[in-house]
Amino acid sequence: MSNAATQTASSASRSDAIVIDNLHKSFGPLEVLKGVSLKAREGDVVAIIGGSGSGKSTMLRCINFLETPTSGKIVIAGEEIVLRDDGTPASRKQIEHARRQLGMVFQSFNLWSHKTVLENLIEVPIHVLGVPKADAIARAEKLLARVGLAEKAHVYPAFMSGGQQQRAAIARALAIEPRAMLFDEPTSALDPELVGEVLNVIRGLADEGRTMILVTHEMKFAREVSSHVIYLHNGVIEEEGPPEQLFGDPKSERLKQFLKSVA
Amino acid sequence: MFDAISHLFDPGQALGLLAYAPPGWGGNLLAGLGRSIEIAVGAYAVGLTIGIFGAFGKIYGGEVTRDIFGIYTTVVRAVPELVEILILYYLVPQVVNSILLSFGYDRVSLPQMPVGILVLGVVLGAYMTEVLRGSILAVPQGQIEAARAYGMPPLLLARRIIFPQMMANAIPGMANLWLNATKDTALLAVIGFNELTLTTMQGAATTKNYFVFFIAAGLMYLVISIVSGRFFARIERWARRGQPLVRGGGI
Repeated sequence: MSNAATQTASSASRSDAIVIDNLHKSFGPLEVLKGVSLKAREGDVVAIIGGSGSGKSTMLRCINFLETPTSGKIVIAGEEIVLRDDGTPASRKQIEHARRQLGMVFQSFNLWSHKTVLENLIEVPIHVLGVPKADAIARAEKLLARVGLAEKAHVYPAFMSGGQQQRAAIARALAIEPRAMLFDEPTSALDPELVGEVLNVIRGLADEGRTMILVTHEMKFAREVSSHVIYLHNGVIEEEGPPEQLFGDPKSERLKQFLKSVA
Repeated sequence: MFDAISHLFDPGQALGLLAYAPPGWGGNLLAGLGRSIEIAVGAYAVGLTIGIFGAFGKIYGGEVTRDIFGIYTTVVRAVPELVEILILYYLVPQVVNSILLSFGYDRVSLPQMPVGILVLGVVLGAYMTEVLRGSILAVPQGQIEAARAYGMPPLLLARRIIFPQMMANAIPGMANLWLNATKDTALLAVIGFNELTLTTMQGAATTKNYFVFFIAAGLMYLVISIVSGRFFARIERWARRGQPLVRGGGI
């Protein structure tokens, strides 16, 4: 009880990194998100789980406007994104500014194939953020060492394994020094034996208190690293709460079924 | 049969005809070749410029831009190049002159070279637009999305991510168009431009040694093609950096 109380007190003093309020998203006649909300304070690790087609990737992609919401409110680092009536962002500059604070990691890595790993890491810092080249390189080398790819700095992505590419992609996202990291099923495209090395890197980020939103199929991992879990079903948040509660004592029938099916 | 060929081709006589200094025609042929290459390089530059704007315009442009480039590529690629050259060659000077006259200036006669470059460049630009458009569409969407996700503005994204990646896809098609450009210069013979083919025809007609002259011209075009083939192979190796070789496993 006292433990919970201190947690509440400390979380109240932390500022909101990402807030989503009543977000709707339709693709044509198909409504994929039917009013979902989320709040991630600094240091929170929010895991979004759910079956295929539940809208979890779409929800994540709406945060940095890779998908344009149909309606709703999105606040990144205290700044509300101004939307037109149809949900499209009013200012490209504001979206770009918001995106530079969000380190996105994709399911299929999406490293730039014409650039070496190091070049991938310094591209945005140098050309978008205006970091001096020497600083960008020094920082990139540190990040590569951290994800265990120091010796791969001058290798092109096509010549690395999926696990190495995803670790490089995480380093690339970290290189922009984001306020929060967004992971879109980061291990779904990997061979089973390569999943562990990527999860270890993500676990390390969670341990150092990084704000993260993580869409994942790895239930054990979600339970282990997250501070809050959201279960999406058919575009609606069916249940949410601390991981012990959601995985240990699920209330909704659908979540029980879902957890059984992925166990 | 051998008699027939030896009658057509006498090595000693051929060397005399093709000697660099008059009365040999070698100097004239090389000058014609030089003009052909000049036209081809100029037209290629014009075509490449149109093609870059056309390709990005057709994909990312608004409705009007897309329509304009759509009409341009459809019309230009539908009409035979020879006809287009004739139309444009007589049209461009007329338009220029009517503009000049309407502003009270005197009529000018346009020099052949720039008009030839412009005409071939406009034709080439239509094909280039389509080659580049295809190569842009072949850039993996995820890599473009990654750049957007880190807040890269559109022009920087086009320059730093799309352009280098599309080049790898575009080089084979662009090499084709370069060879087309060198050969299309021969079409300018019909408007009396003294490029390699017209010079060859003059030499052949004057000396009545058609065989020697046309074989010589053919070899010159072949040399252009071989040299530029090597050049494009180098560019392609550079553009495909970071991509594993695609080779059938000994099949």
